[in-house]
Amino acid sequence: MCGEGRAVCLGSDVDTDRIIAGRYLRTKDRALWAAHVFEDLDPTLASRLKGTVLMAGKNMGCGSSREQAVIALKEAGVVAVIAPSFARIFFRNAINIGLPVIECQVACKEGARVRFNLAEGWVEVDGARCHGTPLSPKMLAIVRAGGLVPYWREHR
Amino acid sequence: MPTLAEQILKAPAGSYVDVMVDRAIAHDGTGVLAHQAFCEMGARGIRRPECTYLVFDHIAPANTGTTAGLQRELRHFAREQGLTFCDIGSGICHQVMAEGIVRPGEVVVGADSHTCTLGAFGAFATGVGATDMAAIWASGSTWFRVPETIAVHLTGKLRGAVEAKDAALAYVRALGMDGANYRALEFVGDGIAAIPMAGRLTLCNMAVETGAKTGLCYADREAVEYLATFGVEAEMQVPDSPRYVKEVSLDLSALTPLVATGHRVDHVQEVAELAGRPIDQVFVGTCTNGRYEDLLRLSRMVRGRQVKVRTIVVPASRRVLERITVEGILSDLVRAGCVLGPPGCGPCLGAHMGVLGEGETCLSTANRNFTNRMGVGGEILLASVATAAAGALRGEVTVPEVADVR
Repeated sequence: MCGEGRAVCLGSDVDTDRIIAGRYLRTKDRALWAAHVFEDLDPTLASRLKGTVLMAGKNMGCGSSREQAVIALKEAGVVAVIAPSFARIFFRNAINIGLPVIECQVACKEGARVRFNLAEGWVEVDGARCHGTPLSPKMLAIVRAGGLVPYWREHR
Repeated sequence: MPTLAEQILKAPAGSYVDVMVDRAIAHDGTGVLAHQAFCEMGARGIRRPECTYLVFDHIAPANTGTTAGLQRELRHFAREQGLTFCDIGSGICHQVMAEGIVRPGEVVVGADSHTCTLGAFGAFATGVGATDMAAIWASGSTWFRVPETIAVHLTGKLRGAVEAKDAALAYVRALGMDGANYRALEFVGDGIAAIPMAGRLTLCNMAVETGAKTGLCYADREAVEYLATFGVEAEMQVPDSPRYVKEVSLDLSALTPLVATGHRVDHVQEVAELAGRPIDQVFVGTCTNGRYEDLLRLSRMVRGRQVKVRTIVVPASRRVLERITVEGILSDLVRAGCVLGPPGCGPCLGAHMGVLGEGETCLSTANRNFTNRMGVGGEILLASVATAAAGALRGEVTVPEVADVR
């Protein structure tokens, strides 16, 4: 399962409150989450995320279990998230909504062309390939299906 | 020999397991999305309603028409499905579950990151997101990668004004915000035996702040006796030389009051270093420190005196509120100038009542101090109940005096 996008670099320990603040959680309006994503980190980011690959530092998505964080990223047009390590609930949530995530230690270059292969677990930044940790077969199957909901409908 | 996590999940660290979930918990925050995913899955009904709990704690009572509408839908769903529903005022889901529901050896999954709190009973208790919860509702089971375990070896005894919360901040500092990512923590050693259940729940509560999947204590005599007060019979668990990937040691006797600052839970300083820093609000409550023992401690410090800054007190559950009312603790708090909120999460996540204004500082007994969490432009200092009480009385960060704690 391959994909590509432009790199957006983020720091380490980006918490879920900074991805989507608690004050925006009480709704089912996904467009609202996309509009306010990263508001407390960089208010200009939300409008620049379409077709991007987020390349974060370690412990991406730490904090709350709020699934709105990964939904906000997907709705805003993020193609994939790459980081040397993820907070486990964020990682699991991403898989469950069909947002590709790759655990890979790779230097980010803002705006660089990033390609990735989820099944093989590699990431290419401006043509330089770096190998990360491939997803488990089950996680891969869930992302391929588009998330746990469609996966469930196919497999129950 | 296996760790407690390996014993409960019945597989060695690193393996993937499918397990039945003994307790599945969601709240008004995550329940909405879980319900939506559940409907989209086309699931007919909750597989094990007798193991399923829905607790309204995050925005309780509702703050806007939108919230009220979402809660109305969830209430309807809960009644239709026959699960255990705890409406507003019941308390924080983790505390409700700690009041005679969760038992040693169980697999407890909550759609909330602080579900790890319940590992204090020797259960494998961990947080998931909403879609995972929907799948658990539909199937009664879920999958895990069995985590490796880090031992947090506690020696000595908490002394003076130092609390389990200070010990929690100390281990978070030692491990860092991702020091236990994908792993479990086990709290072991002579030091844990002397910490009552309330303190153990505080210790396990903050495990997720190190990235841990859960934090566990072996169910010993203290845990069994605590559960017996709720009419629950449980058996003790004994560590059998488990294999740990890492061990950190903490001498409880040597600890001093601590505070997390700078919008990072692992940026932990001595309270003495910050003494004199003005504060605008004090918040005592949450799944970390909203229990009876916490509010009793607060009342002992503020009784007969007056707080100098607004001090919001939120009992962690109805049972806690009932007990502080019956014992006169509540009136001591109210007379001292504290403001009482309904049992629940209160202002912890900045979604309603008690949020901070731009440039304000809150001295809080909660577990997270992320940027803007309690309000845009506000700063959160995380500390113990004694430190919060001392700060409330002076209007500035103050080292709690041993004599005041009594």
